[in-house]
Amino acid sequence: MTSIGTGYDLSASTYSPDGRIFQVEYANKAVENSGTAIGLKVKDGVVLAVEKLVHSKLLVPGANRRIQTVDRHIGLATAGLPADARTVGNRARDEASSHRDFYRAPPTLKTIVDRIGQFVQVYTLYSSVRPFGISTIMGAVDKDGPSLYVIEPSGVFYGYHGAAVGKGRQLAKTELEKLKLSELTAREAVIEAARIIYLVHEDAKEKQFELEMSWIGSETNGVHVPVPQDLFDEAESKAKEALVSGFE
Amino acid sequence: MDHFPLNWGRPRNDAIDSYATFPIQQRPTHVPKDVFAAGIQHTQQPIVTGTSVLAIKFKDGVMMAADNLASYGSLARFRDIQRLVPVGEHTVLGAGGDMSDFQYIQGILDDLMIDEFAAGDGNTLGPAEVHNYLSELMYARRSKMNPLWNSLLVGGFKDGKRFLAYVDLLGTTYSASTLATGYGAHIAQPLLRSAVEGKEDTLTEDEARKIIEQSMTVLFYRDARSLDKYQIATVTAKGVHISDSRKLETSWSFAEGIRGYGAQTQ
Repeated sequence: MTSIGTGYDLSASTYSPDGRIFQVEYANKAVENSGTAIGLKVKDGVVLAVEKLVHSKLLVPGANRRIQTVDRHIGLATAGLPADARTVGNRARDEASSHRDFYRAPPTLKTIVDRIGQFVQVYTLYSSVRPFGISTIMGAVDKDGPSLYVIEPSGVFYGYHGAAVGKGRQLAKTELEKLKLSELTAREAVIEAARIIYLVHEDAKEKQFELEMSWIGSETNGVHVPVPQDLFDEAESKAKEALVSGFE
Repeated sequence: MDHFPLNWGRPRNDAIDSYATFPIQQRPTHVPKDVFAAGIQHTQQPIVTGTSVLAIKFKDGVMMAADNLASYGSLARFRDIQRLVPVGEHTVLGAGGDMSDFQYIQGILDDLMIDEFAAGDGNTLGPAEVHNYLSELMYARRSKMNPLWNSLLVGGFKDGKRFLAYVDLLGTTYSASTLATGYGAHIAQPLLRSAVEGKEDTLTEDEARKIIEQSMTVLFYRDARSLDKYQIATVTAKGVHISDSRKLETSWSFAEGIRGYGAQTQ
């Protein structure tokens, strides 16, 4: 970290002489410390999955969710600071609701991501605020079909076929690249998503994690819901099997 | 000396409070805050209206009916309007009165249901919650002297329980095993009561539909703002089902025998 001590990293409103904004880069570090989140855009839907690291055994199972619902057809998964994720999630819900107010129609994911991108970007402009310490994966099935975006702490957003953020993103991305995402069904993608999350989890370093998965697709009538328990269990047990056979 | 910093650098108006005797918050402004304030008008009458809604309880749930007409005064202006809408999985809402206010209410309820869905806590709003929400909404609006000009029936089935209740533009609520709004409250309600009361737990869906059909027929004969195209909604343990538009069977041959007014010569 050569930037430390130079004085250019104290504020998000100051560039370093070589044109970087260190506060935004530090925000990316906050994302890298978090459990992995992935998103898959497939033939008939979108699947979101999160490796939620459990920092205490005293926590109630299912607490501190990292997948949120924005609108009936829009889901959001984050890696980074959980509190920042709530802020962005609330903002996204407000945007979706005001879009419905203005246009009497459900928003497309693109319009919401556009607004959230602007919202996140504004937090890189002033010395009085800190950039968001999260990368956000947003998925939806709207009138244009399935779509998937990632919004980074800088406020940039890109559309993806498959996306991964957080600690294990490198390995997750290589795994995603091996899949033929545009030929997969959402049901198949759930199995793959669980497998990837289990694969990227570093058992030695981290104690425990909970798998969190949601999907939107033809099987859910285009509604963003948690993956049903039977499919979840199937995906989880297959993921564990794949892990064991991978070691041999 | 003006001791209030908020006034510094602003044009002074000596005609009003030249010695700054008012606290800042209460200082009189010399321009009207909202130049359109005088132009604001509240709803004083409904414009495009729907007529009666009927509803009864039966063995497995609740059944509701309303025709497809939205009138503009006495003109049968829109003949394909749906006045029964589902609200979530367990509830159906039927509306008489101003149709634009009804559409506004639908928007509010849709927002509400999305909010609840996004919470993702596994709870959903049932008919009792929706009805209470509407009663608060309607009463709040009438208390602003700006009512939503509707009479609404809320029916539903959740957790093994039937629910049927009324709320109107005044925020008045009541509940019964048969309900009717508008002209139907006068013409159909007595028919429904004699057919349903005491038999709520034995009436089958087919029998209930028969009662509704008969009452809708009588209403179509008697109510000059009604239509013979209508829909039936049923809410049972299986959820909400709203039928396609149906046609009432009527016969007008008796009109030939009417004497005393109209075109006949004797």
